[in-house]
Amino acid sequence: MTQTTVHSYVQEFEDLLRTRGAEPAWLTPLRRAALSRFSELGFPQRNQEEWRFTDVRPIAEQTFLPAGAVTSVPDRLLECPLGALPFPRLVFVNGRFSPELSRCEGIPAPVRVGSLADALRVDPAPLERHLARYASFEQHPFVALNTACFADGGFVHIPRNTQVETPILLAFIAVPGVEPVVMHPRSLVLVEENAQCTLIEAYFTVPEAQGVYLTNAATEVMVADRAIVDHYKVAHEAHSAYHMHTLQVELQRSAQFSSHNLTFGSAIVRNDHNARFHAEDAECTLNGLYIARDNQLVDNHTAIDHAVPHCNSHELYKGILDGRGHGVFNGKIFVRKDAQKTDAKQTNQVLLLSPQATINTKPQLEIFADDVRCTHGATVGPLETESLFYLRSRGISQQEAQNILIRAFAEDIIDRIRPEALREAVHATLAAVLPQSAHTETIPFRPGTVQNS
Amino acid sequence: MSATANTVIEEFAAREYQWGFETPIEAITLPRGLNEDIIRQLSAIKQEPDWLLQWRLDAYRRWLTMQEPTWPNIRYEKPDFQDIIYYAAPRPKKALNSLDEVDPELLRTFEKLGISLEEQKRLAGVAVDAVFDSVSIATTFKETLAEQGIIFCSFSEAVRDHPELVRQYLGSVVPPSDNFYAALNSAVFSDGSFVYIPKGVRCPMELSTYFRINARETGQFERTLIIADAGAYVSYLEGCTAPMRDENQLHAAVVELVALDDATIKYSTVQNWYPGDPKTGKGGIYNFVTKRGKCLGRRSKITWTQVETGSAITWKYPSCLLIGDDSVGEFYSVALTNHYQQADTGTKMIHIGRNTRSTIVSKGISAGFGQNTYRGLVRINPGAENARNYSQCDSLLLGDKCGAHTFPYIEVKNPTARVEHEASTSRIGEDQIFYCNQRGLSTEDAVNMIVNGFCKEVFRELPMEFAVEAQKLLGVSLEGSVG
Repeated sequence: MTQTTVHSYVQEFEDLLRTRGAEPAWLTPLRRAALSRFSELGFPQRNQEEWRFTDVRPIAEQTFLPAGAVTSVPDRLLECPLGALPFPRLVFVNGRFSPELSRCEGIPAPVRVGSLADALRVDPAPLERHLARYASFEQHPFVALNTACFADGGFVHIPRNTQVETPILLAFIAVPGVEPVVMHPRSLVLVEENAQCTLIEAYFTVPEAQGVYLTNAATEVMVADRAIVDHYKVAHEAHSAYHMHTLQVELQRSAQFSSHNLTFGSAIVRNDHNARFHAEDAECTLNGLYIARDNQLVDNHTAIDHAVPHCNSHELYKGILDGRGHGVFNGKIFVRKDAQKTDAKQTNQVLLLSPQATINTKPQLEIFADDVRCTHGATVGPLETESLFYLRSRGISQQEAQNILIRAFAEDIIDRIRPEALREAVHATLAAVLPQSAHTETIPFRPGTVQNS
Repeated sequence: MSATANTVIEEFAAREYQWGFETPIEAITLPRGLNEDIIRQLSAIKQEPDWLLQWRLDAYRRWLTMQEPTWPNIRYEKPDFQDIIYYAAPRPKKALNSLDEVDPELLRTFEKLGISLEEQKRLAGVAVDAVFDSVSIATTFKETLAEQGIIFCSFSEAVRDHPELVRQYLGSVVPPSDNFYAALNSAVFSDGSFVYIPKGVRCPMELSTYFRINARETGQFERTLIIADAGAYVSYLEGCTAPMRDENQLHAAVVELVALDDATIKYSTVQNWYPGDPKTGKGGIYNFVTKRGKCLGRRSKITWTQVETGSAITWKYPSCLLIGDDSVGEFYSVALTNHYQQADTGTKMIHIGRNTRSTIVSKGISAGFGQNTYRGLVRINPGAENARNYSQCDSLLLGDKCGAHTFPYIEVKNPTARVEHEASTSRIGEDQIFYCNQRGLSTEDAVNMIVNGFCKEVFRELPMEFAVEAQKLLGVSLEGSVG
């Protein structure tokens, strides 16, 4: 079954290669290598450690057609909290750039912001050294598939010494149809020496979308010496959607990168957010908030590679699991030989709201240097009964009390979002997914039970 | 780090295995290799009943279908299972009634290890079931224990004298199909210890067994089964040192614990097998052990305490199945890897019953080229209401060529559960050493003190006799190797 779908992707690739316009000569061999790697790897199996808790059979067994160009976009798409963000933006509908919906006012002139496909057509030279050089497709079949098949995505190039004050929004909108479709958005962000920018990747769909689709995205970010990048990713795809995203960040000397990864469930979500330090004195923050309900599965994998000394990394992931929601977290920190004076901190906190919810968490440290400070912590638990009691004793309903506590739990991450409009949009999105009254019974209130430790 | 400190480190890192000597004793051995005939012969030598032979054969057939695990974070040359002698015993002269009849050569070996049976016998409080290679040669204090109805004997004796208990519990915690090495052990286990504590009895002394691998190229396959009936209490000590040799030796033991209602089992291990050549990492013991306890009854409790300082490769996860409501599982571990040692160790706490609690405290110390991995699983099943877990795993790195790794798996399927996990990695700070130096402590003493302090939470859980030995071992293996 999965073999035939692997084959159908190979077929799709050959078609794409024929129909796609001229591409730089260096790209085709890369695509071919990635495709052959994908055919070798096949879809991940549960017996592979990296995919132990994430069953991708629904994706592997489904035949997806390449998402077609969409001519008209429903207005309400741009009215939802994420669509209405007042920032300069590049809009991609079903993985294709939409010049009509995009607008780039307010971005200083030397900055290049546009479609990756256009950049490859018009001036591919600056991309050659970077595109598909960071996100390795050797081990990750979905990255391999993306590299082979991507059609378009964002290309952001901030030249040296340039500070872009306004956040730049990359909006990936899915308009699913009757047939299951697949899109492979691919973005490349190059931030040169001493430059600074804020980047928002938003993956969302029309709120009532029903169709099945797969977003298989990959983003590569290169942060040069002393550059500062503030990155946000918000995914609020359809219930029936599958979302795979790999973010690969490369940090040079004294670079600073921070990322906030906000996932509001879909059928299966898998994020691989990886950062690698190439020179000393750099700093990386990977934070995340994820919510899974119903039968959703949210899998966050992070890997921070301390390949050089004197770098710091911080990581805080918080999960809210309700219904039959299934959360998976795997945070890896590698401290290579000689990466002395590393300071790495990782925390994973999970709130379980329902008896059917499941969490598999695995914070993982691999340390080969001695003069380091590395800690990780993980906690899993329900809402505090004392806190609930406190609120209820003040006349707040059970559901409202729960929501207050859930929002407080989430606020720890949301509060760190710097652009105010984005923070508000995330608040609105969270409010929309929080149970209104459906789950009142999930946590029976037991004033008698006091946690004894 | 000052020059003196470095010298001290080098001295200690270079220190060799002190307990390496070999007792030349003639041994009866089966031919090399493994097949059904070998198992039949082994079973015949031990005069085992037919059901046990069939059980072994079943396990062997399963083993043939299994693959050696590749997931542990260790690198080693795979043992050749056809190149192992599966049974070796000191040549029996006659039935032994007292220590005087024991081969004096053997007794001298124990004396060198500082565990003279003579002395042990007089020092009331510890009954020793000494397992020399594969056959128990002396069992002391048996009478005292028998008065209380406690059964403490070698596994072969238990099979002979208490077949109903053995048959009921053997393989009930670690089934032969559990893993590759458990299956191998089930097929070829030679001997081990058996303990049964009857209802309501508190075992009056620490039970202890001293393992020692001797005859060259003999894989040792111990099988331990401890059953604590309702309301019983037992503290069991296991300690090992092995002589020096060149070829890798395989040790694949299985330990099964069963605690019924209100019973408590405390299982402590100090392991100091030959870690391999300090310069090349050659030789040394492969320690692939399956240890598991089953808290079957309500309010039962199982505590694992281990101090792992030896072996070239350690692959061991003493686990607890918390089945009974309100049962408690604990795991305290110090694992030290120096020179070229590798350890992949940790625990599994499977919460099945309501209000079950577990505590994990793991201290890993890496020095030289040692690689130390903590791998643990905390699983809260859907029915485990109000389950509680606290895990802490700390690593101490001494030197920049060693490694420390943690792979904690946490799986929670019940929203009333509370699970906490903490881990940290650090080294001994120069300021800490300086502070001690300033107060007149030598660097060596300072490091010793700090490492012992780092491990204190675990040592505190050890019975007194072992705590002393553990500190000494840690000192010998490491003391001062600060980088």
